[in-house]
Amino acid sequence: MKEIEKYVKPYDASFTTMVPTSFVKFFRTCKIWQFIRFIIINIKMLIVVRKSH
Amino acid sequence: MARVVVLGGGVAGHTAATFAADWLGKEHEVVVVTPNAKWNWIPSNIWVGVGEMTKEEVTFDLDPVYQKAGITYKQAKALTLNPEGNASSDKPFVTIEYTGQGKVGKTEEVSYDYLINATGPKLNFAATPGLGDANGLGEFTVSVCTADHAVHASHELHKCIDKMKKGERQKFLIGTGHGMCTCQGAAFEYIFNIEHELRKAGVRDMADLQWISNESFLGDFGIGGLHMKRGGYAASSRLFAESLYSERGVKWLIGAHVNKVEKGKVSYELLDGSMGEQEFDFAMLIPPFAGVGLKAFDKAGEDITATVFAPNGFMKVDANYAAGAYENWKASDWPKTYQNPTYKNLFAAGIAFAPPHPISKPMSSPNGTQIFPTPPRTGMPSGIIGKAVAHSVCDLIKKGSGAHLHHASMAEMGAACVASAGKGLFDGSAAALTVYPVVPDFEKYPGIGRDLDYTFGEIGLAGHWIKHILHHMFIYKAKLNPGWTLIPE
Ligand SMILES: Cc1cc2nc3c(=O)[nH]c(=O)nc-3n(C[C@H](O)[C@H](O)[C@H](O)COP(=O)(O)OP(=O)(O)OC[C@H]3O[C@@H](n4cnc5c(N)ncnc54)[C@H](O)[C@@H]3O)c2cc1C
Repeated sequence: MKEIEKYVKPYDASFTTMVPTSFVKFFRTCKIWQFIRFIIINIKMLIVVRKSH
Repeated sequence: MARVVVLGGGVAGHTAATFAADWLGKEHEVVVVTPNAKWNWIPSNIWVGVGEMTKEEVTFDLDPVYQKAGITYKQAKALTLNPEGNASSDKPFVTIEYTGQGKVGKTEEVSYDYLINATGPKLNFAATPGLGDANGLGEFTVSVCTADHAVHASHELHKCIDKMKKGERQKFLIGTGHGMCTCQGAAFEYIFNIEHELRKAGVRDMADLQWISNESFLGDFGIGGLHMKRGGYAASSRLFAESLYSERGVKWLIGAHVNKVEKGKVSYELLDGSMGEQEFDFAMLIPPFAGVGLKAFDKAGEDITATVFAPNGFMKVDANYAAGAYENWKASDWPKTYQNPTYKNLFAAGIAFAPPHPISKPMSSPNGTQIFPTPPRTGMPSGIIGKAVAHSVCDLIKKGSGAHLHHASMAEMGAACVASAGKGLFDGSAAALTVYPVVPDFEKYPGIGRDLDYTFGEIGLAGHWIKHILHHMFIYKAKLNPGWTLIPE
């Protein structure tokens, strides 16, 4: 949440968007979760590549 | 024996030439004319631009690869096309001027049966006073568009980091250097790599990061934005982009046409007509793109450049150039075969083809200044188009002029993009994105124009690993190492 405190200022442009909580940020760097996402994103990208050829 | 001449040894041209040589075998000749001695995996220039990779890691010599593939390689730039030949011969030819191979400055006429124009963009720095001139990049800003530019950018960045370490605050200005730029994605990736680098160097608090671009909303990326499923909603890329900029403390200025660059300062006009200035210590502003300026002549020597090329210098293909206003645009306006409508043995691939119109909605300020992104043609579409065009040309050679032409419309294909910040395996993160189709099809997908099942994106380490894999995989493929044909574009 440190970034939110540091960078989001009331009535600044940053105030009217969504900012990630520590929960979201934890999962972005959690190696086990990211390994699972790695497999899923690769499969999804391969489907898009297949559909595009 | 037929001769296929490919102009340009970049993503599209290299893909087209190597597949054509593979499919045609020794019976026919494939010639590549390109001014560069090295192939460059351009997406990794971003890492060169922050000093995380060397130029050598993102480039390799073309000569041994073309020798292995049986391709005739001419290190030269194309100057003119004669699609009807000239007074003394009906054979079409291209006039080239050598830039290497011990023949610098010498010109030659290279005849062809089929020609694939994959000359990519001219980096038009001269469009904005101070951004550069006819010789290229100017002295006030940096660029990451070529590997050499990126090496220079990295040097300048590290000078700023040294100043910050000594207590001097620095302002970084990253984005687009003109109202009609494309390639916002590259600038987006660069600003977050700089942010990551500054954190790593322990000087993030000494830096102000400012984004400036011609997008009418953050997250437009020249493709009119996109939507992704998140938490039960179809959410706009604007939300995700604004979220990321806020999270990383990057301020944004959008709808901006940079009209002048001076030492430490840019002047700009906004979509609402107001004028302003931004100061900077370090600026990386993407230039607008144009065609490389090839000229065309008919048999009698009359200039037919306007028949073969659009006014922006890109080559005319089977697109609908008469679509008119935004409200009339259709997915079917986009080209499928990339064959020139006048000369059927001429094709274009990658950035070199003239798009029918932008993808983002055209906008202008009350002063009449046009400020909107022009359409990007990123790596995956460029490669797919290059391969499809090579396939068509090979079929025309082998099966005759009635052969079926292969289709690769950007309104029917997706694109995968990974914008990474940082390079370490565990300390980086990336926004991994796919969009399907690249050009929105509002008839097929009313409302948002895209298939929500295949348009997705997320931030995390996983995307970062994919970026690493793509770097190695595409360089492996471009070097024609064993199994290269199995790696998709
Ligand atoms: C910094 C940066 C980062 C990028 N990152 C990504 C990314 O992450 N993902 C992605 O998908 N795309 C990315 N792109 C876009 C991608 O690089 C382009 O889509 C792709 O290179 C286009 O391929 P091309 O073959 O049309 O042009 P190029 O790759 O530019 O190739 C054009 C070739 O033509 C040659 N040439 C020029 N003039 C002549 C002439 N007169 N005669 C003969 N040859 C000529 C040039 O030397 C060059 O070899 C990025 C672009 C930049 C600038």
